[in-house]
Amino acid sequence: MNLKKLIEPKSMAIYGISKSNPEHPANIIFNKNRNHTTARIYCINPAGGEFRGEKLYRNLKEIGEHVDVAVLAIRSEIIPATLLECIEAGVSGAIIISGGFSEAGRFDLQEQIRSIALEHNFPIIGPNGLGVFSMPFINTFFFPDERFVKPLEGNIGLASQSGGIMVDLMIRFTQEQIGLSRALSIGNKAVIDEIDALRFFNSDPRTDVIGIYFEGFEPMRGREFIEELKKTKKPVVLFKAGKTPSSARAISSHTAAIAGDYFIFSEIIKETDAVEVTSEPDFLSACEALSYYGKRKLDSVAIITASGGHGVIASDYFHQLGINVAQLPRHESDELRDMSSVNIQAIASFSNPIDLTGSTTDDDFITAARYALQRDYIDGIFVLFLPFIPKISSALPWKLSRLRAEFDKPIIAYVPYIPKFGVFIEGFEANGIPVTHSIDSATKMFKAIKRNKG
Amino acid sequence: MNKRCLEILESSKKYGWVLEPESKEIMRLCGLATTRFAWLRSPADVEQARGDISFPAIVKVVSPEIMHKSESGGIVTSIMSDDEVAKAFSDLSGLKGFAGIIVEEMASGAEVIIGGKKDPQFGKVVMIGIGGTSVEIYRDVAMRLAPVSHRESMAAIESLRGIELLRGHRGRPRVDLEALAGFFSLFSRSFVGLGDGVESIDLNPVICNGDRMIIADARIIL
Repeated sequence: MNLKKLIEPKSMAIYGISKSNPEHPANIIFNKNRNHTTARIYCINPAGGEFRGEKLYRNLKEIGEHVDVAVLAIRSEIIPATLLECIEAGVSGAIIISGGFSEAGRFDLQEQIRSIALEHNFPIIGPNGLGVFSMPFINTFFFPDERFVKPLEGNIGLASQSGGIMVDLMIRFTQEQIGLSRALSIGNKAVIDEIDALRFFNSDPRTDVIGIYFEGFEPMRGREFIEELKKTKKPVVLFKAGKTPSSARAISSHTAAIAGDYFIFSEIIKETDAVEVTSEPDFLSACEALSYYGKRKLDSVAIITASGGHGVIASDYFHQLGINVAQLPRHESDELRDMSSVNIQAIASFSNPIDLTGSTTDDDFITAARYALQRDYIDGIFVLFLPFIPKISSALPWKLSRLRAEFDKPIIAYVPYIPKFGVFIEGFEANGIPVTHSIDSATKMFKAIKRNKG
Repeated sequence: MNKRCLEILESSKKYGWVLEPESKEIMRLCGLATTRFAWLRSPADVEQARGDISFPAIVKVVSPEIMHKSESGGIVTSIMSDDEVAKAFSDLSGLKGFAGIIVEEMASGAEVIIGGKKDPQFGKVVMIGIGGTSVEIYRDVAMRLAPVSHRESMAAIESLRGIELLRGHRGRPRVDLEALAGFFSLFSRSFVGLGDGVESIDLNPVICNGDRMIIADARIIL
C-alpha cells in the first residue's frame, strides 16, 4: 500500500471537530496544522456551520474536491461507515486517532476496518495511535504545542506501536539535538504495520536511518518483517519490548521451552544487519550514531583520552562488544611520543588507549587523533574529552572535527554533561561529531555502526 | 514427502508425538544419521532381535506415555550382555504404556542439540546449541528462520558462546564445523519438508565426532 499521500498530503479532512470542546483531539490537530503545515484543511462535522472562520462540512461530498487523507477522531462505532464514505469519495487513505478497537476488546470493529481497507486497497494508519508527524506536510500528534517539544529536522524516521513511547522518544531526540525526518505512530496497526513502515522509510529520500519500537507481530508477520529487513538498504534500529514466556504446551520440547517469543526475535535478527537495542537510551545512541556514519566496517578503534581511568573503562566496554582496541606497535608508539609536546612525553601512554594525561594540550589531542586516523588498522576513534583539563581550549572540538572531514572514519566524543560544558558539546555536534555523556553509550554507538553482514 | 514418513506421522497422531524409534526413522529418511538400534517388542530371543548392535549398549523404554525417558527411569546404560538386555526389558516392562525397548549402540563425541519449532510470528525456526540435558540452563543456542543456508548455519554455530567445546578444547573431540553446518542446514530443510503437522522436533543430543554427526535421541511433536 502506498503511504505517500498519508505522509505528504496536499489536503486533509479532519473528522470530529467539536464546536464546544477545545481539547478535543480533532480540534488540537486542526490547531497544529492550520498555518503550520502545507496541507489544505477541511473540517468535517455532520452538524455543519462554522468553526473558527472555517466552514464545517457535513460530509466529504460537500467538499467537492479530492482529499488526500482523512484524519478520524470520532467514535469507533461510526468509523467503518466513515471509511466507506472516504473510499467512495476517492480519498487516498486514513489516519485513525480514535481508540475503542482491539485494545478495548472490540476485535470485531478492528477486523471490520481491516477488511474494508484490504478490499479497497485503502491504507490506514492506526487506530489508537497518534498518526503521522511529517513536517511541513502534516502533524496529527494531538498535543498542544506548549506541552510538547518541537522536534528538529533530521534524517531519522521513527515508527512506534506505542504512542506514549513515541512521544517520549521524540522528546529525548530533541533534547539531544537529534533530528527526525518523520514519525509514524501506528497504534493497533490494523492495516499498516512495521513492515509497511520499513518499506516506506526504505524508499523515503528524507530518511537515512530507520528506528522502530514494537511489541509483537501478528501471525507470520514476524517472518515477513525479517525478510523485508534483509532487503532494506538503510540502517535499522529495533527496540522490541514484550518478553512473553513460552506457552504451556511448549514445555514438552526443549526447543520450544528455550524459544520464547523474544528469544527467537533476538536470535533471528542476527540474520540481518539491523541493530537490536533493549533500552530507550540505547535506541537514541544507535539512531544518532547511524545518522552520522551509517553502517561500516569497524573492527578496531583507538581510544584517545586525558584520563587513564576513562580509557580503561572504554577498553573494557569495547572488549565486551567485540570491538578490538588495537595496540600501537612499539615503533609507532615511539613515533607518536616524539611528535607530542615535551611535557607529556614522559608521562603519557602512547599505546592504545592513548592516554595524554591532564597535562595535554589541544595540539597533543590533534596529533594523536590524526596519527590514529592514519593507521590502516584503526577504523574509528573515540575521544574522551574532559573540559576541566586546564590546557585544552573550547576550540578543540572544532579542530578535531576538521579531521572528520579529512578521514572517512567515525569519530565519537564523550563529554560529561553539565550545562557549563555546553560550548564543548555544541562545538562537536555543530561540526558533525556526535557526543555522548556516558562511556557505555559511546561504545554502543560504535557497535551500532559496525557492519555485521556483507 | 516420503511415503513412509507420512505413514509414521499419520499413525502417531493419536499420541501427539512420534516415538523415538520412528522419529529416528524419519530423520534417517531425511538423510540424517542416527545411532543404530534394534526395537525389541518381546523378551524372547534377545540375541537375534539385537542383531549386530554391539556392546556396550544402551537400553531405552519405548512408550507413547513416556516422553521424558530419563525422568521416568526409562534408560539403562552400559549394557554389556544379552542377559542384561533381557533383565532391562523385564525391569522396564512395568512402566506405563510399555511398548518394548530399544537396544542402541553407544556413541561418544561432543554433544549438541538441534531442534525446530513452529512459531506463530516467525513460522518454522530452527535451533542449534551446545547440548545435553543442561541446555535449558545454559541456553547457549542460536536460532534461525528455517530453512537455513549453509553459510547462515555456519554463522549460527560460530555465534555460540561455547564454540571452543566443539573445536577440541582441552583434548575434547574435535568437530568439523562445516560438516555440522551441513547437517544443521539439511535438518532445517527436512523440518520444512515435513509439513505443517509437525509442531517441533528435538534432536538431543546429536553426537559429533570429526565430520560424523549422529542423532542419539529424537522426538517429533505433532
